[in-house]
Amino acid sequence: MNDLNIESLNVSIDEKQILKNFSLTIPKGEVHTIMGPNGTGKSTLAKALAGHDDYTIDSGSATMDGEDILAMEVDEVSRAGLFLAFQYPIEIPGVSIANFIRAALSSRLPKGEDIDAVAYYKELYSEMERLGIDRKFTSRSVNEGFSGGEKKRCEILQMAMIKPKYCILDETDSGLDIDALKIVADGVNHMRSEDRGILVITHYQRLLNYIVPDYVHIMMEGRIVKSGDKSLALEVEERGYDWIKEEIAATV
Amino acid sequence: MSTEAAIDIDREKGNFSYDTDYEYDAGVGLSKDTVNYITDVKGEDDWVRAFRLKALEIFHSKPLPTHWATKDLENIDFDKFRYYLSKGQQPSRSWDDVPDDIKATFERLGIPEQERAFLAGVEAQFDSEAAYSRMKDELSKEGVIFVGSTEGLKDHPEIFRKYFGKVIPTGDNKFSALNSAVFSGGSFIYIPPGVKVKQPLQAYFRINAENFGQFERTLIIADEGAEVTYMEGCTAPKFETTTLHSAVVELVALKGAKIQYITVQNWSSNVFNLVTKRGLAEEDAEIKWIDCNIGSRLTMKYPGVILKGRGARGEVLSIALAGDGQHQDTGAKMIHAADDTTSNIIAKSISIGEGRSTYRGQVHIPKHLKGCRNNTECDALLINTNSRTDTYPAITVRGNDNSVQHEASVSKVNAEQIFYLMQRGLNEGEAMSLAVNGFINDLVKQFPMEYSVELKRLIDMEMEGSVG
Repeated sequence: MNDLNIESLNVSIDEKQILKNFSLTIPKGEVHTIMGPNGTGKSTLAKALAGHDDYTIDSGSATMDGEDILAMEVDEVSRAGLFLAFQYPIEIPGVSIANFIRAALSSRLPKGEDIDAVAYYKELYSEMERLGIDRKFTSRSVNEGFSGGEKKRCEILQMAMIKPKYCILDETDSGLDIDALKIVADGVNHMRSEDRGILVITHYQRLLNYIVPDYVHIMMEGRIVKSGDKSLALEVEERGYDWIKEEIAATV
Repeated sequence: MSTEAAIDIDREKGNFSYDTDYEYDAGVGLSKDTVNYITDVKGEDDWVRAFRLKALEIFHSKPLPTHWATKDLENIDFDKFRYYLSKGQQPSRSWDDVPDDIKATFERLGIPEQERAFLAGVEAQFDSEAAYSRMKDELSKEGVIFVGSTEGLKDHPEIFRKYFGKVIPTGDNKFSALNSAVFSGGSFIYIPPGVKVKQPLQAYFRINAENFGQFERTLIIADEGAEVTYMEGCTAPKFETTTLHSAVVELVALKGAKIQYITVQNWSSNVFNLVTKRGLAEEDAEIKWIDCNIGSRLTMKYPGVILKGRGARGEVLSIALAGDGQHQDTGAKMIHAADDTTSNIIAKSISIGEGRSTYRGQVHIPKHLKGCRNNTECDALLINTNSRTDTYPAITVRGNDNSVQHEASVSKVNAEQIFYLMQRGLNEGEAMSLAVNGFINDLVKQFPMEYSVELKRLIDMEMEGSVG
């Protein structure tokens, strides 16, 4: 029950099947990584779980602490505790980061209750400091004119403030230089907890030098084909994906 | 998508009416008798009667401007409206003296709280006449006049008559002629030389009766070096039949004076809102219109400034939100008539669903002038593919020593923005509302605090209602 549990999930977009009998369980307290070649369905998994309209759930189930999230609207999934750090964070012109995060937190409060502004800013500034984000950023529009690294740090800032039960980081490391990568990894490591499950989707092993996962899964053609620990990621880095493809071919 | 109304607001705020017995009722339809009735009830001087009757002739002689404006104007049946309704009340100076049913209306709309909180003076108009009008004592001592137009005509004819109808002549357009024939209510304000009124003066216009036309007439004069901010708010209940609101507002800023006029209107969707607003700025004077149009069936309104004196400044900041079935046809006019005059127009429109926004601008800088500048920006935001926006900027700038800048943009709230915001926990209405508020944010920052809060609330309400 205390997990994000995905079973035999089939998802298509424009009638093209992307996820094929995809299954994965992420218990609280663990960090899982999914690696895989381009176009294998990693981002589809993230967006389908979040409830994006473009993706059709053909069959299968996804539950979070026993609750069916496939039946929920996007905002309901979020408030139930799933956070998606976007691969390409979206610009919202005119909406300041401070107001945006505040609106996100307010949406979790019972009607009529409001955020305590003093406590809110105190926490916001302290998280920003940890992520090396200048205080001036609070009044800048969400993601507008941000560099790649700034966008990703801002995603981690939102995650830290919202404190979700489960986090999916969709290629958060792409486009980051090594310094930004370390800061983002520190931010994620800080979020590691017995009460939280984390899924890191990535192309590159190098992120895993800083966020050491409990499990590494290799995804190909819409499903997980091989699982292991961090050493599997190192092996992929060294040998590429072809040997796994051959392995699968041999077992069929 | 989610149907839960997560913003806990009273979206029916303006949608109520009380049965009221009217002592004076001009009846249905418009004729010389209607005009004579109004002028008799008010006990006006002969020159006012003559002014009104002349205006009625002009109104009848002018065609509807459907050659450039929407054909929807043809659906206004002028014979079906009631043109004057009042309880015969004198405006009360004390809240306690306001008749109970009218008091209940304004209390429900939050008027007395606002007065206590941040206003220097309040006038509350119920259908045709002011029900309540009060100003802080220290302002009366300084010679500030803030009364209804009916009182202004009676008690201060020497100032009133000098400026009345001078900025907007009766024949300016069909609806200014209509207003000139049957006007009642509105504000008359005079600020003596050098007096700077720190807190805003506010008028609240309330339509309570069905099939009714409200025709307030406002005249504001800021004498040399004087400053004033005036704010108006408007509501009406949602009746089955159409209601007509056709105001005329004239501003006169003498040498070095500053007038800021703020409108936040939230008409219900059966109201034809056809308003003429113009200011005259003398040397080094400044007139600023802040105009927020939410609701109504059709709004046609193009606040303008005639920059008559050297160094005069004019500004229009306008926000229009057109929901389903609504048409906001708004814009600005800047007529440069002296050297070194500057004007600035920033117009933002939001169209939702089948809503339609039109921007019409007119900037005129003649050849013989020097050192004139205009900046015009119009940005449109579309939510939903059926909504429509048009821009008709008419900028006539002649001469080499004048400059003009014009920028226009159209953007859309896209599905990925809404997905992103909803992934953070906001429901669809809240997500759209945040995106819309972001779109107008740089403009709203220039508004007085109380009004930016009110505007945000109205937008939340409108967006919440548009999904689901």
